[in-house]
Amino acid sequence: MIQERYLNALVLFGLIAVPLYAMATEELFTITLATRAVILALAAVGLNLALGLGGLVSFGHATFFGIGGYTMGVLAYHAQTYTALDLGLFTIEGTKSMPIIWLVAIILSSLVAVVIGMLSLRTSGVYFIMITLAFGQMFFFFTISWAAYGGEDGLSIYVRNGFPGLNTLVPIQFYGICFVILCAVLFLNARLAKSPFGLALNAARQTPMRTQTVGLDPTRLKLVAFVISGAITGLAGALFADLNRFVSPTMFSWQFSGEIMLFIILGGVGRLFGPVIGAVIFVTLEHFLGEITDFWHIYLGVILVIIVLFARGGIVGLLSGRGGGHD
Amino acid sequence: MSLLSVENLTASYGVSQALFGVDLSIEEGQVVALMGRNGMGKSTTVKSICRMIASQGVLNFGGTDLHAQPSHRVARLGIGLVPEGRRCFRDLTVYENLIASARPGEWTEDTIGDLFPRLTERRQQRARSLSGGEQQMLAIGRALMTNPKLLILDEATEGLAPIIRQEIWAAIKRIKRDSGVAILLVDKSLKELSKVSDRAVILERGKTAWSGNITDLTKEISEKFVGV
Repeated sequence: MIQERYLNALVLFGLIAVPLYAMATEELFTITLATRAVILALAAVGLNLALGLGGLVSFGHATFFGIGGYTMGVLAYHAQTYTALDLGLFTIEGTKSMPIIWLVAIILSSLVAVVIGMLSLRTSGVYFIMITLAFGQMFFFFTISWAAYGGEDGLSIYVRNGFPGLNTLVPIQFYGICFVILCAVLFLNARLAKSPFGLALNAARQTPMRTQTVGLDPTRLKLVAFVISGAITGLAGALFADLNRFVSPTMFSWQFSGEIMLFIILGGVGRLFGPVIGAVIFVTLEHFLGEITDFWHIYLGVILVIIVLFARGGIVGLLSGRGGGHD
Repeated sequence: MSLLSVENLTASYGVSQALFGVDLSIEEGQVVALMGRNGMGKSTTVKSICRMIASQGVLNFGGTDLHAQPSHRVARLGIGLVPEGRRCFRDLTVYENLIASARPGEWTEDTIGDLFPRLTERRQQRARSLSGGEQQMLAIGRALMTNPKLLILDEATEGLAPIIRQEIWAAIKRIKRDSGVAILLVDKSLKELSKVSDRAVILERGKTAWSGNITDLTKEISEKFVGV
């Protein structure tokens, strides 16, 4: 057994060392791969707040990922075509500024999360899963028919958005931005989990009725967690779109919602670095097994079955003991 | 005006009516024993007061109609419940259980630690790893951390070892002595209840059968309605 904090430190070291080694050996694709892993990890860290702490099995978190992605896509598209975005009552200019795009992505994701959360949290269990899935599918089919922004074919962005003082076209610099954001969100998550809000949310997940008897409203706690979770996943979507310089309806797909949930289950539900480890393993398998066979998901499925059956705390649980995680 | 006023309270579980007219009142700082045989409606009365089940009748706490309040607001108004079966937050540590619901007031982690030194010793232990008695202490501590005006203890000593029961009763006496919190006690130990309570309310078939000062509770009445 290895203490969880040492395991977390090891993962952080890996996320620093591998891209630096890749930069030194000029294996730029490895840096891109690491960037992909970090962004997907960020999306899963967002979901882990709702799923791990709040027990909300959201099968529609791709909604927020897609909203983040399309925020970047639409704003950057209008910036690159020098056209204004007509919102009926007023028009706004496009932008290539990452901080502005992130801010808009976070705000829009949060607003949508408030609406989805308020409606979904009236239900629980399988109904909650289905209603969140339904919202994801609504956005998926909306973007398919949204011809102004590429419809089913998606939307290509020809430039990478800018960040003050950095050249975001340099892979290691863009990786650095994503890595710092991931670290900041992990720090926020760790603080949140130990704050009275996080503890109350944890309590609400365990025994909602008893939580009420000590004056806490479990629905409100879960809604706040869902909104924060959606905002983080939305931010990840904006970064993912910037990485690929392309957005498409697949960002809203239920398969993606399943994938980020899979990262969490692989790594460990409710464990701080569980989603990070899950995402890194997923991207690694996707790359290396994907080179060998197109059917690499079969092997992933086998690994998932083994993890679920024999390591219910995920990989973090397997290496560090059950600790603070849960099934 | 009473702190808690319950008049003609009725409640049902589906088609099965459990309460047929419960009357009880609690003044500030008073300890009231709610007694009765098994199945007479004691826990249902507690659940009705805490709005965990729907009920009808007068349910007034400090001038607020509790019927208009959801369960969590009832707690915020100042009713702290130690539920039957303890139900601590199992995955949280002792410390986390206490601060998750803490509100400002005289009861803090330190004062709870004075009341139950065992909790201080097990501060970083998860609730699920505590003994039954320690979990009960934690449940009482958790309810006190909300700094209630009324503390409701539903079968707080049930199923505990005699030595632990003594500790719990000693703590209840100390809460009564050192703080102004009113207490509604649901328990079967007439001997202990008579030592700590000011008044008693006895339920029989979902109705108030007797209420008065605990000193007026005669052996005949207790044998008739409580069976001891």
